[in-house]
Amino acid sequence: MTETPPITATGLSIRNITKSFGPVRVLEGIDLDIRPGECVAVLGENGAGKSTLSAIIAGVIPPSSGEMTWNGAPYAPRSPAEALSHGIGLIHQEMRLLPELSIAENVFVGRLLMKNGRIDRREMNRRAEVQLRRLGLDIPATTKVKALRVAAQQQVEIAKALTLEASLLIFDEPTAALGGEETDRLFEQIDRLKAEGVSSVYISHRLEEIARVADRIAVLRDGALVAVHDTADVPVRQLVEEMVGRSVERLFPDIPAPTGPEVLAVDGLTGAQNDFRDISFSVRAGEIFGIAGIVGAGRTELVRAIAGIDPLAAGTVRLAGEAVTLTSPRDALDAGIVMVPEDRKGQGLLLGMPIADNVAVGNFDLVGNAGWVRPSQTRAFGAQAIDSMGVKGTPEQLVGRLSGGNQQKVIIAKWLARSPRLVIMDEPTRGVDVGARAQIYEAIAELAQAGMAVIVVSSDLDEVIGLSHRVMVLSRGESRGILERGEATHVAIMERATT
Amino acid sequence: MTTEAASTTPERSSRPFRLAFDGGVLGPLVGLVLLCVGFSFASEYFLSVRNAINILDQVTVLGILAIGMTLVIIIGGIDLSVGSVLAFSMMMMGWLYQFGGVPLPIAMVLGILTGAACGLVSGCLITFAKLPAFIATLAIMSIARGLANILTDGRQVVGYPDWFTNLATVRHFGFLSVTVALFIVLMVIAGIFLRYRATGRNLFAIGGSAEVARLAGIDVRKYTLVTYTIAGALAGVAAVTLAARLNSSQPSAGLGIELDTIAAVVIGGASLVGGVGSIAGTLIGVLIIGVLRNGLNLVGVSPFFQMVVIGAVIALAVAFDTMSRNKN
Repeated sequence: MTETPPITATGLSIRNITKSFGPVRVLEGIDLDIRPGECVAVLGENGAGKSTLSAIIAGVIPPSSGEMTWNGAPYAPRSPAEALSHGIGLIHQEMRLLPELSIAENVFVGRLLMKNGRIDRREMNRRAEVQLRRLGLDIPATTKVKALRVAAQQQVEIAKALTLEASLLIFDEPTAALGGEETDRLFEQIDRLKAEGVSSVYISHRLEEIARVADRIAVLRDGALVAVHDTADVPVRQLVEEMVGRSVERLFPDIPAPTGPEVLAVDGLTGAQNDFRDISFSVRAGEIFGIAGIVGAGRTELVRAIAGIDPLAAGTVRLAGEAVTLTSPRDALDAGIVMVPEDRKGQGLLLGMPIADNVAVGNFDLVGNAGWVRPSQTRAFGAQAIDSMGVKGTPEQLVGRLSGGNQQKVIIAKWLARSPRLVIMDEPTRGVDVGARAQIYEAIAELAQAGMAVIVVSSDLDEVIGLSHRVMVLSRGESRGILERGEATHVAIMERATT
Repeated sequence: MTTEAASTTPERSSRPFRLAFDGGVLGPLVGLVLLCVGFSFASEYFLSVRNAINILDQVTVLGILAIGMTLVIIIGGIDLSVGSVLAFSMMMMGWLYQFGGVPLPIAMVLGILTGAACGLVSGCLITFAKLPAFIATLAIMSIARGLANILTDGRQVVGYPDWFTNLATVRHFGFLSVTVALFIVLMVIAGIFLRYRATGRNLFAIGGSAEVARLAGIDVRKYTLVTYTIAGALAGVAAVTLAARLNSSQPSAGLGIELDTIAAVVIGGASLVGGVGSIAGTLIGVLIIGVLRNGLNLVGVSPFFQMVVIGAVIALAVAFDTMSRNKN
């Protein structure tokens, strides 16, 4: 990648594209060509820059530097509409549908078909239904989108893209919500597009799909292009190694092997929404138990159910050998289970309130006596929590003004005050800078050493591997096995997580 | 880490600790004092004990309603029904006493329970039927007003005993009627509850973020139900107070008073988004509205122009509050 390759006269050429969000560089000097009629798969871990790259190509966000050419002419779209006018369309990872409108109206939104100055609903319905049938969805196009299952909604999104008559389509994780049959139909359509000379960029976590649909493979890691294969016939193991590549030594604390008794044992847990099925595992006092998997594997749903937030359809939860039924967060708290949620701002913190009140809410039984709480007691409780976790701030400081790392410490401090038996951490270092990460790892290790059982859910493989005594890998709601500390490698986890 | 420490430590000031979401009461208080000073110069009758007692009498009903509204607004809700619920409670009390042969003390209690029941229905619509608070209480507003009129076919109820009207008119110790005393006692209880009780503090957490509160183990639905029920019961208490003052029950009583109530709470520094508000602020808000009405009357400003002035004061007070908050 030392020499910039020449620009091609046809298709899309990406040259030296860089993107930074503030001080964070998410894409670094990307060079990539997409020729007419070919499908290029873009692979990478969470946060490798795949979605950023596709957003730049589709005109959703501009690059910080670098240039693109489309069929030999400079291409710098300022909006998705401008990209579309060049024939370049994007199918979003997250669905952008209008739930109250019909399928046909969604497919043709912004470019409704007109006849004699009136909307030609008959033609819109007909064309939408043709596309839907190609994708294996046989329902009237007059159906409202909100009545559809998630998979069907995803198919509507794809149908919408197929009617764009684009020359280049970007599929960002199109199969995340689809089953096997629906995925096969999608691939048939991509093959048809290829035969018609339409190019596609295919982004997916599911490595086994790649060989079937892609002509070439590009691998991103930490925002840089680390490999481009001119064939899709690359062993999965090699791709995984390229994706996870580095073995950066982070400052993970030494964690002694757990010797305590079993704290939590779950058996055959199945979620009420069926987003995880038949999960069994146990965690001992002093043990850090990691849960790995790609986005959408059901990790958060599983731990939310254990914390009494979401209901279970089946399975048993035992705490210290005793069967418990947890139907509300209060039940779980009273049983000694606390959870530090993934969505700090939406679920963990009252951003407009001071640190002292944030740690006191939910703990008023410890702050005061018999339901009486004086402001001075709240302040003292806050000061104590700040000391216990080394939060940089004062009790009266608003939580919304703290850094991500400090906010995370506030939540941990709040629940530590209850001396819990089981601490669940969902993505404990998301949005936390590297310096504060080491401190949070230190804190997690201390929880374990103090005899608590700890569950860490993380998309960061280094983190799961560096912290956990054992790692359970989830894929599509099912357990793919529990790995001991020695066997939990990047490759072993990713192979299980992506199949 | 060192830079982070440097940027945060200066905020530790020598000021005494005050919980930020108690709301800035200082701004409205300054406004109230300025109004009083202004009216003292404009009218020779304004600054007197007699007029002060008049103002307290005049704001009693509004003040009792505003206590309930403060709780509702702190949890991030709104209650448009309090004026109609007041009328329904009042008519229920009058109807039971006059046509049902119920002794008046029991009719008073049943009137208050009528208000509580209306609040409970609003709460159920919000928590179980998942209606937005605005819509749920808008519906109850219409229903309660209708029921208030149905009870007596739109006629007023008169003929209360003297001891009842004396509650509002006889000034013990030369200044304190029973109704004003009740208003003050309720204010004190609510103030202590919001500031010193864990359950009161939980209301602020719910208004800050219902989801965060739920995950912290707070039963948000139960709190919501109880809060609207209390607001309804207080509308019932206000109804009894107003009936004593008017010496009658009127099905048209309290028309539009819900908006004055909301205005008083918001002038007192509460945020309609939830999580912010205080009883002290609400008291000041109520007094600002009372002083404005009283002072403008004494100065001889027409009722129509009074409406314009009060509207301008609401806009000014909230704009001032928002600006000072943003500056912080």
